[in-house]
Amino acid sequence: MTPDSNTARQDASAPATRHIEHFVADFAETPLQATDKVKEDQAPLSLWAEAWRNLRRQPLFLISAFLILVVVAVSLFPGLFSPIDPTSEACQLANSDGGPSSGHPLGYTQQGCDVYARVIFGTRSSVTVGLFTTIGVLLIGGIMGALAGYYGGWVDAVLARINDIFFALPLILGAIVLMQLPMFRAHRTVWTLVLILITFGWPQIARITRGAVIEVRNADFVTAARSLGVSKFGALTRHVLPNSLAPIIVVATISLGTFIVAESTLSFLGIGLPPSVMSWGNDIQAAQASLRSNPMPLLYPAIALSITVLSFIMLGDALRDALDPKARKR
Amino acid sequence: MSTYILKRFLQLIPVFLGATLLVYFLVFSLPGDPIVALFGDKPVNEAVAAKLRIQYHLDQPFWMQYLLYLKSIFTFDLGQDFSGRPIAAVLGEVFPVTARLAVMALVFEAVFGIIFGLIAGLRKGKFFDATVLVASLIVIGIPIFVLGFLLQFTIGVQLGWAKPTVSSAATVQDLILPAIVLGLGSFAYVLRLTRTSVIENMSADYVRTATAKGLSRFRVVRVHILRNSLIPVITFLGADLGALMGGAIVTEGIFNVPGVGNRLYRAVLSGEGPTVVSIVTVLVLIYCLSNLLVDLLYAWLDPRIRYDS
Amino acid sequence: MRFTRTSKALGMVAIATLALTGCGGGGSNTAGGSTGGDTSKVIVADGSEPQRPLMPADTNEVGGGKVIDMMFSGLVSYDPSGKPVNEMAESIEGKDGQHFTIKIKKDQKFTNGEAITAKTFVDSWNFGAAAKNAQLSGNFFESIKGYDEASKEGSTVETMSGLKVVDDQTFTVELAQPESDWPLRLGYTAFVPVPSGALKDPKGFGEKPVGNGPYKMADGGWQHNVQIQLVPNPDYNGPRKAKNAGVTFKIYQNDDAAYQDLLSNNLDILQTIPTSALKNYKSDLGDRTINKPYAGNQTIAIPEYLPEWSGEAGKLRRQAISMAINRDEITKVIFSGARQPAKDFTAPVLDGYSDSIPGSDNLKFDAAKAKDAWTKADAIQKWDANETFTIAYNADKGGHKAWVEAVVNQLKNTLGIKVEGKPYATFKEARNDATAKTLTGAIRAGWQADYPSLYNFLGPIYKTGAGSNDAKYANPAFDKAVSDGLNASSVADGNKAMNKAQEILLTDLPAIPLWYQVAQGGWSDKVTNVDYGWDGVPLYYNISGK
Repeated sequence: MTPDSNTARQDASAPATRHIEHFVADFAETPLQATDKVKEDQAPLSLWAEAWRNLRRQPLFLISAFLILVVVAVSLFPGLFSPIDPTSEACQLANSDGGPSSGHPLGYTQQGCDVYARVIFGTRSSVTVGLFTTIGVLLIGGIMGALAGYYGGWVDAVLARINDIFFALPLILGAIVLMQLPMFRAHRTVWTLVLILITFGWPQIARITRGAVIEVRNADFVTAARSLGVSKFGALTRHVLPNSLAPIIVVATISLGTFIVAESTLSFLGIGLPPSVMSWGNDIQAAQASLRSNPMPLLYPAIALSITVLSFIMLGDALRDALDPKARKR
Repeated sequence: MSTYILKRFLQLIPVFLGATLLVYFLVFSLPGDPIVALFGDKPVNEAVAAKLRIQYHLDQPFWMQYLLYLKSIFTFDLGQDFSGRPIAAVLGEVFPVTARLAVMALVFEAVFGIIFGLIAGLRKGKFFDATVLVASLIVIGIPIFVLGFLLQFTIGVQLGWAKPTVSSAATVQDLILPAIVLGLGSFAYVLRLTRTSVIENMSADYVRTATAKGLSRFRVVRVHILRNSLIPVITFLGADLGALMGGAIVTEGIFNVPGVGNRLYRAVLSGEGPTVVSIVTVLVLIYCLSNLLVDLLYAWLDPRIRYDS
Repeated sequence: MRFTRTSKALGMVAIATLALTGCGGGGSNTAGGSTGGDTSKVIVADGSEPQRPLMPADTNEVGGGKVIDMMFSGLVSYDPSGKPVNEMAESIEGKDGQHFTIKIKKDQKFTNGEAITAKTFVDSWNFGAAAKNAQLSGNFFESIKGYDEASKEGSTVETMSGLKVVDDQTFTVELAQPESDWPLRLGYTAFVPVPSGALKDPKGFGEKPVGNGPYKMADGGWQHNVQIQLVPNPDYNGPRKAKNAGVTFKIYQNDDAAYQDLLSNNLDILQTIPTSALKNYKSDLGDRTINKPYAGNQTIAIPEYLPEWSGEAGKLRRQAISMAINRDEITKVIFSGARQPAKDFTAPVLDGYSDSIPGSDNLKFDAAKAKDAWTKADAIQKWDANETFTIAYNADKGGHKAWVEAVVNQLKNTLGIKVEGKPYATFKEARNDATAKTLTGAIRAGWQADYPSLYNFLGPIYKTGAGSNDAKYANPAFDKAVSDGLNASSVADGNKAMNKAQEILLTDLPAIPLWYQVAQGGWSDKVTNVDYGWDGVPLYYNISGK
């Protein structure tokens, strides 16, 4: 073993044997140089304000923000984007699996529904499921995970074990039970689904947050902040959390997509949205039966879904770059 | 450290009680009468139904059912499922199969996710990065029941490279295709997590330091970047092991794997309380242990992390 | 006679296999004639995990039923056209439809060597009926005198007074009342004899059943959730003699997986082509497919306890719904011909079936008449325009979603009302609402015959208070017409009376018949001589290798 690998494999149990190499860095490479550049007559911007200033200039952010605006506009006013309103016009079986024709650019489903109109009108449910579930799991999972990771000890013991229990609950069991609650029984809506997916989705974000917080909580800048008199909770919100965001953003943006798809999988298992609610997931599931003979009705909602996920992933990337002071300077 | 591990093992007791109670309550709340369902479309014979309810303790109130179940656990007799088989034997059949499947899926997603994520992170914004982003969009955007079917049909049926379904022994070879399908969804997470972490760490002081002192690029990447990027990935993989064990209902259905997901699904649909609770109890134990393992790995990967305080 | 109808529908099925149907025994392996086939091949077929121990009277679902049917031999079995042929029975005689004398063949044995006598049958039936044994199919003995006492909740009576052993080969049966089609039921799996060991330890027996049928279970043959291996019973000498070296039921979680296995020759025969393959299976399999109607149908029941669906207005609305459904279009587009539009409440493979019973016009698509009926109903009792008519179905299995959606769209288009499909997460939740009278709309209902008789499609479903009467239909005129049919002195007269009873149903429409089931199966290129029975199950014993 070379001395180098010893350095790398710093072992918690044997800090005494740590082999430290000494070297002198070029002045341009040291953080000191950056310190010199600070204009002392200006109050430093807050972390978020600085992030926003950075974001505005990123093409990645601009593209993703534009895409998201389009998706939101489609979900709010689907009628503006499609001449056919599938909520009032029922499908004609005579058009079953028909190809594209004038006024129906994407063809028809097996039930004889216009694929384009259904993709447009399905946006609202799918985006609602994806977006609100993600927000919900971020709130619950983020708080639980951050507290567990930061405080450790009995707080961690209680929160992390609750986390374990929820993780192990079979989604299908919980979903069936939740769906027969009196308020959902007569009418399943997207909100039923949002509730179910939040209930079973938060443990994942909680674990990721907990791990990220554990990684950061002993960092030098946290110790420094604490010794400068920042309260323990203040250090969590101002220093630990902002520096733990990267993995949380990654998981949250991908989860947004998986939640939309989860709706489809639940339909496949018979516990998704009722067929009367139009959604990409429902359409993907319905089209699966004729996948080999007519794959198009499956492809288009899947593409819409992928574009939505893509824009959120790009947004997440841009946000992460903007928040990371180290990456920003490069 | 050993007191920490001991404490964690002691925590298994309340977790066990909490999980079994919660799951039993959920099964109890399932809509419909499992005994009525046994008759299918046929007329229900009330005398027979009453007799069966007594046999499966379904005539008892919730608390009594739960206590009877706890008693059966402590006497090492988990009771019987509706086909009259000991549940312990059922567990013994399904868990080894699913464990093989889950571990294979985990290895697949870990190996490919970390390698691709590392390369994508090192070449942020370049062609490879964009390609894997599109590839991961496909696995995120298409549900597993479609992807699984497509892979099964092309690789299993048309090309004949693998059997489309798993044989009775469910060997490692049989499980390759199902494991890939199962791991695909998580592969996207591992990839993006690794990529982001690598990008963060590339600008870290210790990486600049290591580069500055003249270490080879390979060494910097392997020792300084990768190792320090693994914490979020390990967290995810640890949590995923449990998810793969219990949540493979769809994949097991497509490839006809006689495993946990399939049995659990059937037990939930037919309302077989003791079977569901027994399976979930084992799953909870797996979660707790994998979580403990992950926490210990944190300390190994990053010596600044301590649990003793 | 419906036999010709069947063979017409069969289309390309080999004539050779049909020739077998008349064969009443003899056990010659070459009975099939020209094609013969390799009898040393083990056939791999699709199955599902039995939900109960394999005890005949405790098995009421297809997964276990298929296995029981092959491992046991009752008094009679059904030939492919649904006609009973003697197996254990030497003769079954009864003149008044109430008292029967049954003689069984001599020297019959279970595969464990135990002799089968009249007492074996009586003991087995008593066991199945007695409440204390909690057998799911106990109801099948309900016609026998003394069943009520034995089957009462908490009853300790273990025998039915209507069964009497005369000698080793003879026993008599007395029914509580005359039922002309009773002997027809004897081919159902609940009526097979079981060895004495089964009565002492039914659970243990259910794991390793011992029977007297064309097959027996291989050693350790039941690998739970994986497969059930059956090997031929060399001592069996009935009409269903095995023409292969065994049948292995590979247990599948869904038909889609099984279909992929069929395509890659890992499976020899698939009973039902999955809906996802209906558009492709003919090009995938060529002539290795079958398309044969069997005794099953699909309906939607509309409970009369819902105010909008009761009385005269309800009747008119149900007629409107029925005429607003274009059955031809749905069977063609959604099922690719895998169903046949219904013309009555039974099934075309049954003896006595008629496609032109007066009133069957109500099952024909006619948008104008449908609208007309709906308006007439509105004149009696207004339909609230904000109300949504729901069609409930269980979403956990069966693939009902697509056709329910198609029906929903047709109703919307024709009647202009709000209609929605209402999925239940599980079958048991749907059954619960149906039996507890808490349905809020229509529910899909299907019926697979237990035994080939018109009565089986009418009595258990539409008679007042009947166990499977989801619509809670009650019409004394119908009840009387059905019991007239049961009391008829001949089967032909009985059938006539049953069809008279159907006229009432076709006007009242407690359920709306949609289509008849058609068995659509496929097989690998390693096997030959495939045909299906009247109940849509392949005749596994008849399949051999190529």
